[in-house]
This record gives sequence, C-alpha cells and structure tokens, in this order.
Amino acid sequence: MFDIGILTAVTLNGLTVGAIYALGALGLTLIYGVLHIINFAHGSTLMMALYACFFLHQRAGVDPYTALLIVPPAFFVLGYAMQRYLIAPLGFGKDINVLLVTLGISIILDNLALYLWTSNTRNIDIPQAQVFIELGMISLALPKVIGVVASIVVGLLFWLLMTQTDLGKAIRAVARERRGARIVGISVDHIFAMSFGIGSACIAVAACLLIPTYYVTPKVGDGFVLIAFTTVVLGGMGSFIGALVGGLFLGVVEAWSGLWLGESLGQIGVFIIFILVLLFKPNGLFGQRNT
Amino acid sequence: MTNMKRQTQVMLVLILALVLIPLFVSSKFWMGFWVMLLFHALIGQSWNILGGYGGQTSYGHAVFFGTGAYVTAVMQTHFGVNAWAGAGVAIAAGAVVGLFIGAVSFRYGLRGSYFALVTLAFAEVFRVLVNAWDFTGSGFGMLLALKPGAAHMQFADRQWFYYLVLLLTIMATGVAMWLESSRFGAHLVAIRENEDAAKALGINTFRVKLKAIVISAALAATAGVFYMQYFLFVDSHIGYGPSMSISALLVPLIGGPGTVLGPFIGALSLGVLSEITKHTMGDSPGANLMAYGVLLLIVLRFLPNGLMGLFRGRS
Amino acid sequence: MSEDKRNPTLVNQPRRRLLQVVGASGAASALGMPSVAFGQASTRTVKIGMIQPMTGMFAYNGAQGMVGAKMAADEINAAGGIRSMGGAKIELVIGDSQSKPEAAVSEVDKLSEQGISCFVGGYASGLALTATQASARNKVPFLVDGAVSDQITGRGLYGVFRLAPGFKQITDVALQNLTNINDATGKQVKTVALVFEDGAFGSGLAKTLAGELPKRGFEIVESIGFPTPTRDFTNIGLKLRSSKPDLIIPSCYLNEYVLLARSIHQNKVPKKAIYSVIGGGASNMKFVREFNAAAQGIMDCNHWIDPRKQRSQRLVSALDAAKLDLTYEVLLNYSNVLLAIDAIEKAGSGDREKINQALLSSTFDGHVMPYGPTKFVNGQNEGARPINTQIQGMKVEVVYPPEYATAKMVFPVPLG
Repeated sequence: MFDIGILTAVTLNGLTVGAIYALGALGLTLIYGVLHIINFAHGSTLMMALYACFFLHQRAGVDPYTALLIVPPAFFVLGYAMQRYLIAPLGFGKDINVLLVTLGISIILDNLALYLWTSNTRNIDIPQAQVFIELGMISLALPKVIGVVASIVVGLLFWLLMTQTDLGKAIRAVARERRGARIVGISVDHIFAMSFGIGSACIAVAACLLIPTYYVTPKVGDGFVLIAFTTVVLGGMGSFIGALVGGLFLGVVEAWSGLWLGESLGQIGVFIIFILVLLFKPNGLFGQRNT
Repeated sequence: MTNMKRQTQVMLVLILALVLIPLFVSSKFWMGFWVMLLFHALIGQSWNILGGYGGQTSYGHAVFFGTGAYVTAVMQTHFGVNAWAGAGVAIAAGAVVGLFIGAVSFRYGLRGSYFALVTLAFAEVFRVLVNAWDFTGSGFGMLLALKPGAAHMQFADRQWFYYLVLLLTIMATGVAMWLESSRFGAHLVAIRENEDAAKALGINTFRVKLKAIVISAALAATAGVFYMQYFLFVDSHIGYGPSMSISALLVPLIGGPGTVLGPFIGALSLGVLSEITKHTMGDSPGANLMAYGVLLLIVLRFLPNGLMGLFRGRS
Repeated sequence: MSEDKRNPTLVNQPRRRLLQVVGASGAASALGMPSVAFGQASTRTVKIGMIQPMTGMFAYNGAQGMVGAKMAADEINAAGGIRSMGGAKIELVIGDSQSKPEAAVSEVDKLSEQGISCFVGGYASGLALTATQASARNKVPFLVDGAVSDQITGRGLYGVFRLAPGFKQITDVALQNLTNINDATGKQVKTVALVFEDGAFGSGLAKTLAGELPKRGFEIVESIGFPTPTRDFTNIGLKLRSSKPDLIIPSCYLNEYVLLARSIHQNKVPKKAIYSVIGGGASNMKFVREFNAAAQGIMDCNHWIDPRKQRSQRLVSALDAAKLDLTYEVLLNYSNVLLAIDAIEKAGSGDREKINQALLSSTFDGHVMPYGPTKFVNGQNEGARPINTQIQGMKVEVVYPPEYATAKMVFPVPLG
C-alpha cells in the first residue's frame, strides 16, 4: 500500500517521537510502580519543566542540553518536596484522595503558568534544530535523534540505579511490599518522595529534549498525559524496560495508524491498543504479576 | 435504621427547598446557576452510583454523558424524532454503552486504576470517532434547531428547565437511596469494601458491578440529554472530553462519595467556590482558577472523606 | 534569535474589569490622539460586555481579542467619548468564557443583568453559538468576532451580528482569488494538498474546498486532517513530500501552523506555493520573526486590515510601539468595538433596542477591515471578505486583490 521508503521514514520518525513518550513514561511508571498513584499532575509538571528550559534559554542563554544539568536536578527536589509535604499529607494514603490532590495541583500549576506567563506561545530556536540527519526519505532534526539516544541512556541509568544501588533496592522493596519494607527499617515516606523526585526529574529530561522541536504554552502538557498513561500501561506499570519499549512502540504505532487512517482517526490506534492491553495483558508487556 | 429516617427527612427538606427556589430567584443569571448546580449534582450522582457506592472509579464518565447528548441530537436532527422520544433512545444508548464497557472491563477483571484508565481510553476513542464522523457533525459538533416549547423539551422560561433537571436529580438520588436500603446496594458496597471477600460470600460480583455501571451510565446519559436540550450544542470536546469526566468525579468526591447527599453538597460547594473566586479574582486570567485549586486542596486536607465528613462526625 | 523579546505589557497586566478613563493610555497617544487630561471620570458610562475566552484552550486568542477591544475603547474615550451622549465613556466589562459554552452563557446572563448595552466576542463557533442564544433571550445585541460557522447568523435570533465573513464567504473568496491568481500565471498550479485541523473550522473549510476545487480545475492529491494539538508533523511532511502537490492549503491554529510550516520546510517538500485559508500562523508576526526562513512566501487568505485606511496604519504602529503581535483577533475586536460604539453614537443612548436598530441600518466604514460600509442581512455583513497576504522578508504584505496590495505577489514561489 505504501512504499517501503515512506514506511521506513515514518517508522524512524515514530521512534524519535516515541523516545519522548518513553522518557515521560519512565517517570510516571516509577511513580505508579512505587506509590500506586496515577499522577494527574504529570502534564503540568512537563509544562513547568518546559517553561524552565525556555526561561533559562531566554534569560541566561543556556541551551536545553546544558539545561539537562540544571532542570532535572531542580525538579527532583521539587518532586521530592511535592510528594513528601503536599501529596502524602493530603492524600491520607487513599487512592481517591491522592487522585484529587494531584488533580488540584495540576489545576493550580496550569493556571499559575497562565497567570505569570500568559498564554503566548513560547518557542526557542537553537542551532542544533537546524541540523538535519538524512536517513533515506526522511531528514530528522538533530534534537530528535539526540532524544532517542538520551532516552536509551536514561533508561540504562535507571536500570543501573534500580539494580546496583541501595536506593534502588529499597525502592524495589517498597514497590513490592510496603509493610515488609517498613519492618526492615526502610523509611517508606522517604522512598516514596525519592521515587516521586526521580520521576519528576525524568519528566524534566523529556522537557529539555522536547523543547527544540516543540513549543510551550500553559496547556502544552495536556497533549501528553493520555499518551503517557498509555505507555505506562502498555509497558507494564512499574517496569522501566516496559516504559522504554512501550514508548518507542507507541511512537511507531501512532505514526503508522496516522499513515493509514489519517492523523485524526489515527489517534484511535493508540487507544485501541491501550484498551486491548488493559483487557488481555493488564500487566503490560513487561509488568510484574501484581494486583 | 434511624440514619435512614434522618436521611429521608433531610432529603425531603432539601427537595422542598429546591422546589421553592424559582420563587425567590428572579435573576436569569442565578436561575442559570441553580440549573447548572443541579446538572452537576445529577452527573455527580450518576458517578456516585458506580464510584461512590461501588468503588469502581471511572475517569471517563463523559463516555456515557456524551453518548446521551449526541444520540438525542442525532435522533432529532437526522431522523426528525421528537425530543422526548429521542431522549428515551439516548438514555437507552447510554445504558448499552455502559453494558458494553462494563461487560468487557469486568469480564477481564479490571479493577482500580486499570478500570479507571480503561474508561478514560474509551472516552477518548468515542471522542475521536464522533469528531471524525460526518454523521455526528465531525468537527462542527451538533446544533439543535431552536424550537421553544414543552413538546420539544426546550423551554422559553428557564424555570421549566430547572424543574426538569430537579426532577431528574431527584430520580437519580432516589436510586442512591434505594442502594442504601436494598440488598443490591449492600452487595455493591460489599464489593467496594473487599471484592474478593464479597465473591467468597457468594455474591455474583460480575453481575452486581454490571448492573451498577448500566444504571450509572443511564443516569449520566440523562444528564447528557439535559445538557443538549439546555445548550442546544455539543461537540467532541464537550461531549467526550476530560472536562465533564472531571466534573463527574470531583462533585461526589468532594461532597462525600457513597452518600446520598454527597453530590448535592459537592455541587453546591464547587459552584459557590467557583463563583466566589470568579467574583474576587476574575480580573487576572488564571488567578481565580488557581484559588479554586488551592481551596480544593484545603478541603482535601481537612475533610478527606468529603464534606459529608462534617456531618458524619467521623474522619 | 527567537526569544520572545516582545513584552506583552497590555496582556500581562492584571486586567481591570472596568476600564478607567482617567489617564489616556499609551496606545491612544501612539495613535496620535491628543492626550487630553481628564479630571474625574464623567458620570455616564456605556458598558460593552466582552465575552472572550481568557482561560482554557483559547486563552491566547481571548487575550489578543481584548488587546484590540481595549485599543478601540481607549481611542474613543480619549477623543471625548460618545458625543451624542454628552461625552459618555465606554467601559469594557470582561466575561471570561473559559473556552467553555457553559461559562459563556453564564457570563452573558450575568453581564446582561449588570447593565451591559451590547456584547462583543465569542471567538470559537461553539462559544459564539451558545452565547448568542443567551444574549438573544436577554434581548441584548451581540457582535460576533472571529467565529466562522455559517449557523451563527441566520437563525433568526435577536441582535446577532457578524462583521467578519463566515465560512461560505471565506471559502468563496479564497477559491475565487486562488483561481484568479492561478489563471494569471497561466494555470501553473494544478495539484493541491489540503492540510487542516479537524475541529469545526478546519474540517468545514476542507469539506467545502474539497467540493469546489475540482470544479475549478484543481486536482486534490492529498487531504490530511489532524487534531489540535498534534505533537509531531514529520509524518505529514513526509506524506506531502511523496505526493508532491503544487499547492498546499493549510487551515489550522497558530501552534500547529508553525510546526507544520517548519516540517514542510525541513522536509524540503517541493511545492509551488503554500496558500492558507485562515492559516493560524500565516499572517502572524511572531511566526515571521521566529521562524523566518520557513515562513518566506507563505500566503494567507484571512481576516486582515485594509492597508489603505489611515486608521489601519495607526493601529499597526500602535501595536508595534506596544510590542504586541498583530493577529486577526486584535483586528476583529478593534473593529467590532468601533462598530458597537458607532451604533451607540447613532442610537444616542445605551439602550439595547436602539443599538440593535442602529446596527440593523448600519453603514459603518470606520473599521479597519477591507469591507467597505457595513450592511447586515440576517445578521451577516454582506461586504465581509478575507484578503490575501504574503510573508515577504520580515513583513506580512497584502498581495491581492490588487487595489489593496502593498507589495507585488510572488506566485508561484521559487523553490528554496
């Protein structure tokens, strides 16, 4: 139906888009895997990180790749604080309440951004965005290729963190068995906050990689929330490999269904997959057997 | 069951007060406020049946709401069906969608966050479909022809819209009250508290949950029909977008999930909160909504069981 | 450099609900109005309700609309207010529709009870449709700004007026202009690709174009709809590259337009021209500034100023001085508020029915649009039409029809 040239090109592009989804999902899956909460403020966090990158560039001339050294650590701290001092106390440990708290936070953040920075779209233009890598039919902007590489690197770092460090072991312990972890002396509250912090830092990394080829408005996060949830579920809630593979996979699925059904109807491709996965393999591709 | 009796008394007083409201309200704006308040109580009550009593949190209740709105619009616009008949078809359609989603989700044992996310996904699928399909107005949405008159369920005097939505809300609340005193309701609550234990006790959890979602869906579709008749316009974002889904869950959760009066209290507080913040901070875009979010968090901090916690005396 | 150096001061300030008259604003002085010092505000004011989305997904458009509205009100107030009412001042009262119909209706009802003489605004078709239903019930005139749905006018509702063109007018003119332009070059453009946002205005335009273009000898080789927001346009760029249309016709909102144009540019899509119909970015100075290379040669058939009018020049300079972007929301609201004020002036009072009557018989030409004097039939201004612009260098020039042109059109656009 479509020649191989276009299919390859579309697939390659889908991978670059999927890399961003993967990064966003890494953060979300950690948060879900450990805290078992669905973070409604995910999109708002992405938006805030995008603004941070924008202002760093505009006011201090810091390009997004250098910003990788500044924004993710800052968001780690913010995320830690948000979980420890806002979500946990207001959530009372009940899923429903946590949902509402994160919803409230997203309302506040979205409108804070509108109030402070207005609804004008912000763009940045960096030299790297003008460099193109030709691969057959497609010419990919350099930032997108960097995004793919970065997502793999971050995924690897994650894996290292989770398997080789004490912190990682503690996180995995809390994720699997909260009470048991507490009994052996792990500060569960601290681990929760660390996980949320790391998750937020991940989202900030995604923002740094996204901004050269996208834009910022107070509502920019909305377009990424559903796809992030889908990626997490597809990959398996709590699985990092899953988030990585899931994100890349969904990027390609989205690209293909856009090709076949048109961009509008093609959005369905992603959600049909979402529903099918939920029904037939709710633990996702790589998820643990958990309830 | 003095609690039941107390509750019924409060309900009757509330209903009486609500019936009398139009006599004291002459402002169109305030009448509109009360209509929307009851509308939110209605959709909130529909969510409450499934989510509050049944513990099955739905993040995509708009899927039922939108179906109600769109189906009645399509019936009237494309098939020339009368508004009341169209409403009947629409509510039935909502119930069918509920049956489908419920059957599929519960059959495969989806619970908790997974169930919540699947409802969200279904709402998105429906949204993309109606937006792509010419028959449902594609990107334009659907506009009902202006035909004032009770026969067309369009009332020149807003008062009658008020009474209509009040009636619908009372019906929905009646369902909630029935849940509180019936065996079915007891089963539903048992499932919420501990589904596995309920199953072990011999309750057919699949059937109970399915029944609950069908009822909930039908009520949400009813809200959709009302919206369509009142505003005469719906598009894919209004019908199936996140805004209505969030309203549907926010109202009962803030008011008090799993209670009869919760949705009323939630709708009232959120409505008043919204007006106050608009009034005091409406000048700077975003400021009032920020205040709204902050106040929401404050309520959650002190009343984790919703505002009904104030009356229950327990935390 | 594409930092946003523009400091949108007017947009950033906490908006006042009641515009104060004391102290002529910078805009008024930039417009060359004598900066008359006023004492305390004179006693009479006429209130105009602005139903704009100040929050939600259309927040930017609402903010821009208010820029235009405020400029018009400031200008008239600085010049002495409503003469037929002894110098009564205009007061703009904002009703935030939050990009949702429920809020639009609620604000219309609220403001109707606060003594508003008429409404201006709407912006999106869904918002305008429901808001005008409410205003009609309250018997208050409503001047719709940018919403294009043909169903807005012609419903027989009280007081609904639209100065700017609706779908049908826009597509008729856009098609005719394209045909004329193409004919003049010897019909160099034969194949067309439609790229449109899948909401109300995008898919509506696409549908009409799809029906009409073949009748005029164009072949549609590609028709791509996409949702707002869309995260990535590379696929679309690729599809366009492989179908090689002579002409690309985009219709969408600003953010997507920018991404699309960048993608077309980056993927080196061979084409003879980009001819937008209501292209969100195609006549937006921000786009011209920030992505100049991708923007070169792009044409738009959109709401735009009549460049021959002095008032238009003054408006453009004032916006420039205040470092604000010239977008169609600014133009339309500026013109609509001036139209409302003219009606109030003719009515000699803030009475709603008198204003309605004045509008029904209005022949206002003090707006900045290329319409000539107004003439409302069933609420729609008959003379309304879009005109053609083209981005050349760092400017947005008017290129067609010839009597309005400020620069020579380059069509087809040379590759590169």
